[in-house]
Amino acid sequence: MDWLNAIIQGTLLGGLYALFAAGLSLIFGVMRLVNIAHGDLIVLAAYLALSVVTATGIGPLWALVIVVPAMAVIGYVLQRGILNRVMGEDILPPLLVTFGLAVIIQNALLLGYSADPQKLDAGWLETASVKIGPFALGLLPLLTFAVAVVVVWGLQWMFYHTALGRAFRATSDKQDIAQLMGLNRAHVFGLAMAIALAVTAIAGVLLGIRTSFDPSIGGSRLIFGFEAVIIGGLGNLWGTLAGGVILGVAQAVGAKIDPGLQILAGHIVFLAILAIRPRGFFPRIDG
Amino acid sequence: MPEFLNILNLDAHYGDFQALYGITLHVDPGEVIAIIGANGAGKSTLMRSVSGLMKDGAEAIRFQGQKIGALRADQVAARGIALVPEGRQLFPSLSVEENLILGGQLGRKGPWSLKRIYDLFPILEERRHQPSTSLSGGQQQMVAIGRALMANPDLVMMDEISLGLAPVIIKQIYEALPGIVGQGMAAIIVEQDISKALSVSRRVYCLQEGRVSLEGASNSVSREEISRAYFGV
Repeated sequence: MDWLNAIIQGTLLGGLYALFAAGLSLIFGVMRLVNIAHGDLIVLAAYLALSVVTATGIGPLWALVIVVPAMAVIGYVLQRGILNRVMGEDILPPLLVTFGLAVIIQNALLLGYSADPQKLDAGWLETASVKIGPFALGLLPLLTFAVAVVVVWGLQWMFYHTALGRAFRATSDKQDIAQLMGLNRAHVFGLAMAIALAVTAIAGVLLGIRTSFDPSIGGSRLIFGFEAVIIGGLGNLWGTLAGGVILGVAQAVGAKIDPGLQILAGHIVFLAILAIRPRGFFPRIDG
Repeated sequence: MPEFLNILNLDAHYGDFQALYGITLHVDPGEVIAIIGANGAGKSTLMRSVSGLMKDGAEAIRFQGQKIGALRADQVAARGIALVPEGRQLFPSLSVEENLILGGQLGRKGPWSLKRIYDLFPILEERRHQPSTSLSGGQQQMVAIGRALMANPDLVMMDEISLGLAPVIIKQIYEALPGIVGQGMAAIIVEQDISKALSVSRRVYCLQEGRVSLEGASNSVSREEISRAYFGV
């Protein structure tokens, strides 16, 4: 029964990892950009929420009303102001720029907020739980998982049923030809980054409510996000959710065996999957 | 005659390699011209330059009285120039219908709509929900043409639309052409198939190694002139 409980808790944790990963997956899918700063942008969103909460006294979930659009604007400006200038045939320059960006964000956060661990206080939500049969499920993990499902569903719907999604897919297929159809690549990329960072904002706030954070933790969030994307298969958002769940379950089961094994178990499962199925479980068929 | 498309002394380069040398040509409103020439003569480079995919001719290309040489491809498209690119270049992630809709997403007014495209190429309506790359070569070419028409352009450029297609399909597509360009839309037909190119155009330009080697009315140029302009012998 304990084991089943670990699997359920791990599944719910996987929702958070899927939220880390969804933005990465979207950006890579649309513009083949590997964003090394993604983890630090998640942490930045958490700190933005902290500032909003401190300044206004509203709850961290309500802070999303401000943080989500703020991160979207940051994403659009970042893409058009910096990243578009280095995008091209070679994927290395944008990779290096996002690496530099990661360093800058970490140090700016250190300067602005110090290295002290912080936390977003969501009050009763953090400790509330619901009893389902023999299992006690935390309300926050349940909410996180539900949000992840809704976000992935929403992104998937946007991709396949809206004009914007069509523009994303066309630009992802053939940038030049999409431009001939009147799509301005720079703008389309900007919108993709805006949406990715809007998702990042949600991930950052839920992370900040769940655990304490400091400016240095972005890197490991990036790794979890990457692992979820790769396990699920590049370019498939439902696969990314599945990848997050697999990673979460691996960590929870690992922790059950030995608390010190938690993170390592996740990485081992990731490496095993990479060895057996290098393209992940659900790669995009036409990719 | 009002100004429509005027190209004056256009040079184009790929890095150190010069692909076009002082190209000068014009298209009048509603006129169909053909551009012929061997592989590597610079036909596709010329199409890329006009459509804005290459940025060489900032001063050299004027469309409807305005310089368009320095504009991005999406800005050129918004002014009413559409390209049917060589090799069709459909979007594999999009269905047939989505490819067509994307072609019309600039929302320019004009006679062409999904319905008109399906009237022109009924097979596309049957296949409209299929992935575009699951179609045969000829059907894909129909999608590529339809996608360009959906933009309701003032000038449509068709780059080697017969390339790699069976003769019966080529015939079918060329039979549809008068119905496309007969409505006031100007067209540039780029072809290696000389007789096809001459049959649908009013004037013809021949390119050879990046230069215009022949210019004339399609019904009056002789075979000898063309073969001299084509091969340079």
